[in-house]
Amino acid sequence: MARPSLRTRSPEEQAARSARIRASWLLSTPALILLTFAAFGPLLIVLAYSFVAPGEYSGVVWELSGQGWFEVLFTRDIFDDTVSLAQAHLSIFWRSASLSLLTTLITLIFGFPTAYFIATRPERQRPLWLFLITIPFWTNLLIRTFAIMEVIRNEGIVNTVLLNLGIIDQPLQMLYTYGSVLLGMAYVYLPLMVLPIYASMERFDFRLVEAGYDLYASRLDILRLIVLPIVKPGIVAGSILVFVPSLGAYVTPRVLGGGNNMMLGNLIELQFGQGRNWPLGAALSITLLIIVACALVFYVRAANREDPHG
Amino acid sequence: MKTTTRATLLTATLLASAGIAHAEGELQIYNWGNYTSPELIEKFEKEYDIDVTVTDYDSNTTALTKIEAGGHGFDIVVPSANYVPIFVEKGLLMEARPDEMENFKNVAPEWVDVPWDPGRHYTVPWQWGTTGVSVNTSVYDGDVNTSAIFLDPPEELVGKVNVVPEMNDVMALAIMYAGGEPCTEDRELLRKVRDTLVEAKPKWMSMDYGMTDKMSANDVAASVNWNGSSFRIRLNNPDVVYGYPKEGYPVWMDSVAILSDAQNVENAKLFMNFIMEPENAAMISAFARYANGITGSQEFLPDDMKDAPEVNVPEEFREAGTFLPTCPSDAQKLYTAIWTDLQK
Amino acid sequence: MADRTFEVRRLPGMAAIAITCFVILYAPIVTLVVYSFNAGSSVALWEGLSLRWYAVAWDNVAVQEAAIRSLVVAASAAAIATVLATLAALGTTRTGPFPGRMTIYTLINQPLMVPEIVTAVALLIFFAMIKVATGYTGLAYLIAAHAAFCVPFAYLPIRARLEGMDLSLERAAADLYATPFATFRHITLPLMAPGIVAGAMLAFVISLDDVVITEFVKSAGQDTLPTYMLGQLRRAISPEVNAISTALLALTVLLLTAFFFLNRKRN
Repeated sequence: MARPSLRTRSPEEQAARSARIRASWLLSTPALILLTFAAFGPLLIVLAYSFVAPGEYSGVVWELSGQGWFEVLFTRDIFDDTVSLAQAHLSIFWRSASLSLLTTLITLIFGFPTAYFIATRPERQRPLWLFLITIPFWTNLLIRTFAIMEVIRNEGIVNTVLLNLGIIDQPLQMLYTYGSVLLGMAYVYLPLMVLPIYASMERFDFRLVEAGYDLYASRLDILRLIVLPIVKPGIVAGSILVFVPSLGAYVTPRVLGGGNNMMLGNLIELQFGQGRNWPLGAALSITLLIIVACALVFYVRAANREDPHG
Repeated sequence: MKTTTRATLLTATLLASAGIAHAEGELQIYNWGNYTSPELIEKFEKEYDIDVTVTDYDSNTTALTKIEAGGHGFDIVVPSANYVPIFVEKGLLMEARPDEMENFKNVAPEWVDVPWDPGRHYTVPWQWGTTGVSVNTSVYDGDVNTSAIFLDPPEELVGKVNVVPEMNDVMALAIMYAGGEPCTEDRELLRKVRDTLVEAKPKWMSMDYGMTDKMSANDVAASVNWNGSSFRIRLNNPDVVYGYPKEGYPVWMDSVAILSDAQNVENAKLFMNFIMEPENAAMISAFARYANGITGSQEFLPDDMKDAPEVNVPEEFREAGTFLPTCPSDAQKLYTAIWTDLQK
Repeated sequence: MADRTFEVRRLPGMAAIAITCFVILYAPIVTLVVYSFNAGSSVALWEGLSLRWYAVAWDNVAVQEAAIRSLVVAASAAAIATVLATLAALGTTRTGPFPGRMTIYTLINQPLMVPEIVTAVALLIFFAMIKVATGYTGLAYLIAAHAAFCVPFAYLPIRARLEGMDLSLERAAADLYATPFATFRHITLPLMAPGIVAGAMLAFVISLDDVVITEFVKSAGQDTLPTYMLGQLRRAISPEVNAISTALLALTVLLLTAFFFLNRKRN
């Protein structure tokens, strides 16, 4: 089904355009093949699981059932069998969404200046600074999270230093607080924000800034009118890379938050693990997938609004 | 004639040298992480000229899911007692008849006719332990042999208690505290259980693993914990004692089994027999710090383990220990709902 | 290029925040390095200086193999993901909108959208069928799985770089009758290089980090450093992992330093 063209095109233009479109698909094909094989293809299995009944000890039995989907939103009270909205699921979803949003904001606040700083280093130094950002991430996530815990523990570095300086006389309880979870999340996702912003900023011509100053623009104006429009694709990419995966994150919240409250990732993992309710786990994941995909399309469309083709 | 002899000789030499370069066979073990003594493996490799590879898993469900899916390449798995019947029912384990093996005579009598594998047709003991509470007595010096430590924490422990996020263990402790049997589906009792948990939760500090480190370093004052971990904590921090909840506490055992699609069955059987040797069983315990269920291994244990109250359950607490059965999925569903509610 | 520093001074908050960022990033890493020299068997309790855990890690072939396997998988997966993502980014940015572009975009980013455990279970079932059918249980499954979820991490920075990239040079080259390949090789590729580097780095660290998918996809004898640690999570994390991580960090820093000195000489 061809989209009606806004302008009339000559046959040559039309032919050139369809050749370009064919080339676009062709270029995307290798990636799509790999993903079909090792990402969304196998996910069809999960989709199928959401419509069948849970197995006695694990897995599923292949008989049609809407129970998984029903349980996403509703819960049958285990004591009086009344059906009500699944409050627990909603509050877990909300907790994950707000944590992801805050994480994205914090990484943006810290990541943008860091990317700016790297992009304004002399050209030869830039790879070095980039590596400096990523080196901490060569250790793995678990080690890093435990190392963060080491720093903010009651007897950790921060408290020891503050105590010795006489700034505090009681160790601050930082571990297992919401603040420590946010810190940990921002830490873990920072490079996902810095690198895309850097990539789009690196081509930035700083003579524009100079020209701006020559025209007596304020710092804020320069940031808003000159720098931001150019690095916007980077910010969009970075925000997606931080926000979307952090929705399903649970190692960091569990280790630094003490695991008192579930995240969406834990909830889904519980169903595939000890909960032995794969259909519910599958239905929850598909729900998440649909919400995120819609949000993504909406976000990218909105970000490209100035672009008449977007 | 001569050429044939020479050819045969050459082939024999080649074969012999190949035998020196490569081990006779291999063995693929799938076990919990940080649970397999490297010395034990080394000794086995030397004794039988078998190349052993150990791959880790982090939970019974991961192991079950992977093995059920197939194509994994493992020979041996070490599931917990309550998962053995599931493995057997799904036909994933081989009936290796360890009870007919030479070293089976060393298995302590109380570990022979176990409910999850009557007569031991499938499995041999690896290690066993208990789930109780660890308490730092410099913070709280009252009675520690009760689940009230975390279900109704005393004043001194409020805000300093940890509960390991292990649904089956915690639910079992809470159910027994309320006077029920593990795997119960009695709604009235479960309501009591849920209310107790929900009321206790604000008094907890965290629901986390890694207590060996955190209690050693005084980050946490009390926790639901495993006995081997509590033992390690005491070695670092002598104030910490292990309590056996008198209301009832879970006893668990992880057992070695051969998979029905194992490639190296004979080697796996050798390994089974090998670990029932008291000296070898002691190596397992010396590494992971849990008891092993093999008679005679006591004398080979490290000195600090020989009379540790965490490892050797004192007579007066034996009664309260219960093996966690495999709960039916209806019960499991109720527990998951309570558990989700608790952490929402 | 000397005037660059002058401009930075004009946005002074930037450098301050950036430096704060670096300090925060390295504080835990320093702790990690320090604790790798701990004499005690805990990662939280300092008991004096010792090389004990380096000795343990040195003797432990399993942990070394796991570390090397992590690097091999990450390097291969990052390379594959970067090439595929570069092609896809070229395909979805240079032509303007066309029907299906948003679909490609969403499909490519799909691995970001479900928690790891879900992809892990799906891949386990699917790959197990292939393993049983073909009898092949090698590292390729892990590399394919990693490459797949690394694609969006490589794709988004590259695409961000390409978006709005100045096309005039390419047009000029085309006007001068350069072949499309020559144009790509000499004009487009160098222009998009920073995006490719950023994407490849992200893909590499994301692959190094992965634990859940690896745990489910790995066959016998295929532990990586993260799955090796995951197995210990419930009991106690052994500081030998700290030691091996520190050794890896030291190696990285060494290689980088050598690389930069060589580069400087060449320049």
